[in-house]
Amino acid sequence: MSEANQKSPLLKVNDIHVYYGAIHAIKGISLEVYDNEIVTLIGANGAGKSTTLNTIVGLLRPRQGTVELNGMNINGISASKMVSRGLSLCPEGRRIFQQMTVRENLEMGAYSRPAAEIAESLEEMFQRFPRLKEREKQIGGTLSGGEQQMLTMARALMSRPRLLMLDEPSMGLAPILVEQIFEIIKELHESGVTILLVEQNAQMALQVADRAYVMETGLITMQGRASELLHNDAVQKAYLGS
Amino acid sequence: MFFLSNLVNGLSLGSIYAIIALGYTMVYGIAKMLNFAHGDVIMVGAYVSFCAFQYWGLPPVVSILAAMVFCTVLGVVIEGTAYRPLRQATSLAVLITAIGMSYLLQNLALLIFKSDPKNYPAQIIGMPGISLFGGQLKISGVTLVTILANVVIMVLLTLFINRTKLGKAMRCVSEDRGAAELMGISVNRTISLTFAIGSALAAIAGVLLCSAYPIFDPYTGSMPGIKAFTAAVFGGIGSIPGAMVGGLLLGIIEILSRAYISTQLADAIVFAVLIVVLLVKPTGLLGKQIREKV
Repeated sequence: MSEANQKSPLLKVNDIHVYYGAIHAIKGISLEVYDNEIVTLIGANGAGKSTTLNTIVGLLRPRQGTVELNGMNINGISASKMVSRGLSLCPEGRRIFQQMTVRENLEMGAYSRPAAEIAESLEEMFQRFPRLKEREKQIGGTLSGGEQQMLTMARALMSRPRLLMLDEPSMGLAPILVEQIFEIIKELHESGVTILLVEQNAQMALQVADRAYVMETGLITMQGRASELLHNDAVQKAYLGS
Repeated sequence: MFFLSNLVNGLSLGSIYAIIALGYTMVYGIAKMLNFAHGDVIMVGAYVSFCAFQYWGLPPVVSILAAMVFCTVLGVVIEGTAYRPLRQATSLAVLITAIGMSYLLQNLALLIFKSDPKNYPAQIIGMPGISLFGGQLKISGVTLVTILANVVIMVLLTLFINRTKLGKAMRCVSEDRGAAELMGISVNRTISLTFAIGSALAAIAGVLLCSAYPIFDPYTGSMPGIKAFTAAVFGGIGSIPGAMVGGLLLGIIEILSRAYISTQLADAIVFAVLIVVLLVKPTGLLGKQIREKV
């Protein structure tokens, strides 16, 4: 994005290295997300995509390198303090609170916000996800996979994040639901939410994203405009199966 | 009438077990660890209230409050210094630390108060008893207070867990620590709060236990602690209503076996019932099998 490049990025990941014990999982990756963009991080299983997100949000600590949000170094800040700084992660595998109602799940999403503001955001979520309104009093664990995914996203949005990070939102969903989820991602983007999307479904991800990074075994091997990567031979061969 | 009076006594003992079991079950549910030092916090509560009343001449209510405050601080300090550094360690390491903490508390009490038993003053819970059916059924003041305290604690705790923001945060941490953290909930603070509540309840249990069975020494907490732990497992560890049901049943079974079968065998019967329940329902009476949806 030429116009975006002139601004400073909302999120800047600078040459981070992450280890699980002796295993060198992330070997120095850098990426940037600008305001109002959808950036996607694609790659095979085990490439380090989720590790990257977990490091950004503070669940993991990089041994080297920095993560900057809005020009501020956020290394070493605990995950529980990231929400109030505007970072929200929808974790892989949904991770909704199974024993709480849909409404309670949403309320927990707004944990860091003053109680007075919650009602308004709840209303907003119920408008965006009418399905959740129908299920308001139901226990989270009884929702279908697609509904749970909607709930995770709505829960993350309840904190009014500046940057929403989605980790494999399409995982394990039927094709029709995958389309629905990507439809929602597009809508969110149109309403001004900045999104960092991690996906194995490269086809879909590249179609909604502005820019993309391709990860392989802890490194970024390619990057560029999503529309270009979508037609790139190497990407097509490796991830799009054609 | 003999049966009824035993039933009331069982309810009373069961209420004490239930209050202690709450501490076990909450800490297990939220911190995923067995805090075997919990029983000894009861003993500390008993000694603090004893000293406050007997030596410093404080009024009964203030003595009980002093015990609660002391135990709350103690619980938070134990968690912060002994358990928190082991948050990422194996559960076996945490378990051994908890057992060590239990011995530490017992031995500190031995050092300070010596091993000879003390007599717990009856005036701390100075409630007159009542007699029913023309004097055939006598219920002591301590029994009444114990049963009442249990009911009040259960109601307040259930409201706290289900209605308040902090209570909901506790449920989140109990279900999924990582996701709770992503909501902005501080896991460490939530676990501290759990220990604070559990330990305050242990102090109350200490006062009630020693008012009902007034001879106490530095080992007083360990047996009720183990029985309450049993009660928590019996009812389904991690479940608050489970601790209530488990505690009450255990108390009633213990007192009835003592009355009708054998005093010596009472404990054996209690634990035999536990084994049978666990064989039939491994998660305890009200325990839930958590299924993961992938």
